[in-house]
Amino acid sequence: MSKLKLVLGIVTIAFVTLTVVSCKDAKTDKNNSTEHHSEMNADGDHSKMNHDNSDGHHDGEKKEMAMSGDGNPQAVLNDYFNLKDALVADDNAKAKELGAILATSLGKLDISKYTGAQKSDLKDIVEDAVEHAEHISESDIAHQREHFKILSKDMTDMVAITGTKNTLYQQFCPMYDGGSAWLSMSEDIKNPYYGSKMLTCGKVQKEIN
Amino acid sequence: MKAVKIIAIVLLVAFVVIQFIPVDRNQSDSVPKTDFMLVNDVPSDIKDKLRVSCYDCHSNNTQYPWYNKVQPVAWFLEGHIKEGKSELNFNEWDALSNRRKASKLRSIIKQIESGEMPLASYTLIHKDAIFSEEETKQVVKYMENLKDSL
Repeated sequence: MSKLKLVLGIVTIAFVTLTVVSCKDAKTDKNNSTEHHSEMNADGDHSKMNHDNSDGHHDGEKKEMAMSGDGNPQAVLNDYFNLKDALVADDNAKAKELGAILATSLGKLDISKYTGAQKSDLKDIVEDAVEHAEHISESDIAHQREHFKILSKDMTDMVAITGTKNTLYQQFCPMYDGGSAWLSMSEDIKNPYYGSKMLTCGKVQKEIN
Repeated sequence: MKAVKIIAIVLLVAFVVIQFIPVDRNQSDSVPKTDFMLVNDVPSDIKDKLRVSCYDCHSNNTQYPWYNKVQPVAWFLEGHIKEGKSELNFNEWDALSNRRKASKLRSIIKQIESGEMPLASYTLIHKDAIFSEEETKQVVKYMENLKDSL
């Protein structure tokens, strides 16, 4: 009898594991297809869309993009600054959302009007930045800040090629990870790496026109 | 008791049946020219460590122990490998631009230092994949140098 119990136990465990694993897969698939669905329908029929959080969010993003101009480096910068502000405010959830938005707008950046070398640099920058933005969309705040550091470098390099219509300030915090820079529209220091813990730590390193 | 027996038999049959569902195994005979070990001059002890600790999930070739061929364990593992390779595939290292190599190296260093990688679920079975303090230092130093030389 105890042998039967043992076999039964093993089989149950195997079955439960299987169920858990397959449920997980199914869930991922479902998420993917929902996202896909919402993108497919972005310009068309909204009535059939599933109105959960992420979809509502995509809607907002579409409007924003439409206003700031699709594929424009300014749109990318705006999303970057929004993300920076969320990190300044220590807002992990908001930074996740904004990371995803930034990844989308980066993907839409139009590089066709640049020269050959610039094109390949921009492509490279975008590829790297998208990866960091995607990580930010799914990490805790400490990780978000790590990725934000490299993302900031990517944005600085992007601006060096695309230029900017507004004056930007490259700011620098000597304390975070051996010294880390970020971009801001305002001269005032609001530290995205420490947030409220050390809000005004840092200085303006460079003005970018 | 009869019901229990029937359930047991059903589950057993299910368990046997799922063994026949084919899985794409992450296995490859050839190492592409873009492999990390081929394009970088990696010292042999670091090579061995990376192979044992990283390559199962971060390359095109996994060394499968027998229990990883049993379902549903194999499915669980397959998911991990897929995710691992999409983050970093050492076999395709040289296809990355210098900018992305630097990003990857930063992540490699951070995650080895913090003990995030190798995953605890992996080292549970692969004890030899664990990084000793000395090995961590060695590998991190190597990766730092590589990053600076880009």
